Amino acid sequence: MMRYLPILLACVSLVALSGCGRESEDGQTVVLTGSSTVAPVATDAAKRYEESHPGVRIDVQSGGSSRGIADAMSGLADLGMISRALKPEESELRSHRIAMDGVCVIVNSGNPVSDLTKEQLVDIYTGKVEIWSDLGGGDGEIVVASKAEGRATLEVFLGYTGLDSADIAADVIVGENQHAIKTVAGNVNSIAYVSIGAAASEAAAGTPIKLIACDGVAATTEAVAKGTFPITRPLQVVSHGELKPEAKEFLDFLQSREIDDIIEGHLYVPVPDR
Amino acid sequence: MSRFRIDKAVEFVLGLLAIISGGLVLLVVWFLFQGAKPALDSGILLRLFTDEFWQPGSARDPQFALVPMLVASFLVTILATALAVPVGIAGAVFHRFYAPGWIAKWNYRLMELLAGIPSVVLGFWGLMVIVPIVNRFQPPGQSLLAAGLVLALMLLPIVALTSQAALQSVPGEQLQAAAGLGIGRARTVWCIAIPAARGGIGSGILLALARAIGETLVVVMVCGNIAQIPDSIFDPVRPITSTIALEMGYATASHKALLYAAGLVLVILIGLLVGWLSFRRSGDHVAVN
Amino acid sequence: MPGETTFPKSTVQSRIADWGVGLVGAGAAAVTVGVLGWIVWDLMAMGLPNLSWEFITGDVEQSGRAGGVGPVILSTVLILLCFLASAVPLGVGCALWLSEFVRRGSGLARAVTGGVDLLASVPSIVFGLFGMAFFCQVLGLGFSILSGGLTLACMVLPILVRTTLSAMNSLPVDLRPAAGALGLTRTTTLRQVLLPAALPGIMIGVTLGVGRALAETAALLFTSGYSTRWPDSIDNSGRALSVHIYDLAMNIPNGNANASASALVLLVLILAINLAATALADRWIKFRIS
Repeated sequence: MMRYLPILLACVSLVALSGCGRESEDGQTVVLTGSSTVAPVATDAAKRYEESHPGVRIDVQSGGSSRGIADAMSGLADLGMISRALKPEESELRSHRIAMDGVCVIVNSGNPVSDLTKEQLVDIYTGKVEIWSDLGGGDGEIVVASKAEGRATLEVFLGYTGLDSADIAADVIVGENQHAIKTVAGNVNSIAYVSIGAAASEAAAGTPIKLIACDGVAATTEAVAKGTFPITRPLQVVSHGELKPEAKEFLDFLQSREIDDIIEGHLYVPVPDR
Repeated sequence: MSRFRIDKAVEFVLGLLAIISGGLVLLVVWFLFQGAKPALDSGILLRLFTDEFWQPGSARDPQFALVPMLVASFLVTILATALAVPVGIAGAVFHRFYAPGWIAKWNYRLMELLAGIPSVVLGFWGLMVIVPIVNRFQPPGQSLLAAGLVLALMLLPIVALTSQAALQSVPGEQLQAAAGLGIGRARTVWCIAIPAARGGIGSGILLALARAIGETLVVVMVCGNIAQIPDSIFDPVRPITSTIALEMGYATASHKALLYAAGLVLVILIGLLVGWLSFRRSGDHVAVN
Repeated sequence: MPGETTFPKSTVQSRIADWGVGLVGAGAAAVTVGVLGWIVWDLMAMGLPNLSWEFITGDVEQSGRAGGVGPVILSTVLILLCFLASAVPLGVGCALWLSEFVRRGSGLARAVTGGVDLLASVPSIVFGLFGMAFFCQVLGLGFSILSGGLTLACMVLPILVRTTLSAMNSLPVDLRPAAGALGLTRTTTLRQVLLPAALPGIMIGVTLGVGRALAETAALLFTSGYSTRWPDSIDNSGRALSVHIYDLAMNIPNGNANASASALVLLVLILAINLAATALADRWIKFRIS
C-alpha cells in the first residue's frame, strides 16, 4: 500500500489543482470587500443573486470598513462595504446606502436602570459618575466598556455625546459587537454601546442584556425606521468611478426591495423608499 | 564532505530549503517596514516612546504611546509561559514515567486535541467562563490575569508534547543504569531524565514563548484592552498584537502605518532578545538545541 | 514506555519522593484534562443540538445561522493539504540540513536558526497582512485556498523545524558513523536509517503544526477569505472552519449555537487527522523495517 502513496498524492494534487486558471464560466466576478457588519448581509444577498443570475460570481470578503474604502479606491474590489458615512477626504468615492442601523446602550438585565439621559451617559463615560447607585441603580462600580479606535459605532457615539476619544475613561475596550455584548452579559455592573440589530437579536434570544432608552426614546429597530431614534449610522456600499455592468446590476439589486427580508433578518432597517 | 554526487545534490536542495526558511522572516520584516514607512517618515518614532497614552484617533489630543503596550506584551507572555511550563513538564513526566499505558495513550490524544482548539473558541470560552470568575475577585475581570490564564491553556500542549517527546528519547540505558545503582524513580526523573531532556524541553519553552508573544485573538478577548502599565495582575492591559487586531480593519492610512510601525518595533525587540539569548549560549550547541 | 525500566523503591525517603512527584505530575495532567473537558463540555452543551449529518454536509445558509458547514469543511481540508505540501518539505528539509550537513555553531547555521526562531514570534495577525500583501497581491494568487495554505506554512514553519531538529538530535550518536562504515551514502543513510528512526518525533511536530494551522483564524481571514461557496479548486476563496467559527461567534448575532457545533466538527476533524497521521507513520516504519 505504501508504494502507491506517491501516486495517490499525485492524483489528489491533480484534482485539487484542476480548477486552477479556469475563469468562472464567463469571467464575470464581482468582488466586494470591507465592513464585517455589512459582509453577512452582502453574502446572503450574493447567494440569492447568484441563484437567479448563473454565470456571475460575487465574492464577498471582510476586513473592516477602511479595507472597503482602500480596495474600492485602488480597484482591488469592485465595491467596498462600509458601516459609516464617508469622510470628507474620501470624496472620490460615491456611496450607496443599503440599510440603516442604530447604536444603542446596553446594560446587564440584572441592572434596574432602564433609561439614561445624554448627560448621564457623558458622565458615565468620562468617569464623573462611578457607581450605579448615583443613577438609581444598585451598589456596584460601573464597568465602562467602549469600542476601539476607528470603529464606526465609536464615532457615532462620540458624535451623539459630543465627546472626543481622549475624553473617554473606559474600564474595558472591546472590538466587535459580540465582544461588547458578551462583556455586558457576563458582568452585572457593565455598560456598553452596540449596534441595535445585534443587541435586539441577542436579547430576544435570551442573552442577559437590556437595551436602554436614550433620552426617553426606546431603542428598537422601529424607532430607527421611523427616524425617532437619535443615534443611527448608515450601512453603505461605495464605488469608484464607472462600474462594470455586472457590478452595477448587483448594486441595483442591493438597493432594491428584493433584499429587504435579508436586511430585516439581520435586524437592520431597510432604507425607506426614496 | 561526502564524495557522492547524490549527496551533493541533496545537500544543495536541503540547503536551499533552509535558506528560504531562515530568510522568510526577512521578507516579513521588510513588508512591515514598507507599511510603517509613512509613519516613520513623519517623525513619530520618538513619540512612540515618550507619549503617555494611546489615542491616535483623538482630534483634540492625539497620542501614540507604545511603551505600555510593549510592557503588556511581555508581561502577558511571561505570565502565560510561567503558568504553562511547570504544568506541561509535570504532565509530561507523569505521562512518561507514572501513567499506566491506557492513561498515557488517552492523555496524548487529549493533548493533540487541546493543540487544535481554535484561538477564537478559547478566547470566547475565556470571556464567558474565566473572566466572570476573575471578576468576582476584582472587577472588571478582563485583565492581565485572565489573559495569562487563557493563553497558558494555549501553550500547554506545546510544552507538554515537546517535553513528552524529549523525555521519550532519553536513552533507556541511562534509566536502567540509574535503576541498577538503586536510584528511585523520583530522583531518576529529577536528576537524570529531565537534565538529559533539557534540550527538547528548552525547545518547547522557546516555542511556547514565541507563540505567546504572537498570539492575538485569544488575548484580545480577555485582556481588557486598556493601554496602560498595570499596577496589579487584575488590571486590564493591551498587548501590541491586540491593538493591531482591534484597529487595523478600521484605521485610516496614517493610523495604519502607525500600527505597522508598532508591529515592526515588536518584532525588532524580539529579534534583539533572540539574538542576545543565542549569543549568550554560544558556548553550547547554539544552532541545534 | 512506562514499565520497561523497573525502578527500585527501597528507602522510605525515595518512596515519599516518588509519591510526591507522581502526585504533582498526576495533578498537572488532571488539570489539563479537566480544563479541556470543561471546554468541550461547554461546547457540547451549546452546539450538540445543532449537530447533524445535514449540518456536516449542507450548504451555508443565512451567513451560517442556518444550514451547514459542508463547503467550509472542504475548504479547510484543502487549505490543510496546501499547508502540508509546502510546510513539511520546507521545515523538515531545513532541519535536516541544519542537523546533517552543516557544522553546529557555524555562522550560517546560527543565522538560519535565528531566522526561524524569529519567525515564530511574529504575531499571527501580521502574518495575515503579510500573506495578503505577498501571496494574494504580489504573487497574484488573490483570495484563495492556496494563499491561505502558504501563509499558514510560514507561520508553522518554526514548529516543524524545531521539533524535527530535536528528533534528529536525540538519535543515537553511533548511527551515522555506523552507516558510513558500511559505505552508505549520506542520502541513503538519511532515507533508510535516520528518518525512519526520527519519524515519531517528526510526527509530533506535524501534529502540533496541524493543530496550530487548524486553530489559526486571523491569518486565514485575510488570505483564504470569507467565501462560503463550495470550492472548485485551490484557486478559489473559501473560508476555513476557524474563520467560520469566528464570524458566527463574534460577528453574527445568535451565532453561538452553530459556532459551538462547528467547533465540535473541528475537534473531530483534528482527531481524525491525527489518528490517520499516526497510522500512516506506523505503517511507514513497519514497511521500512520489513
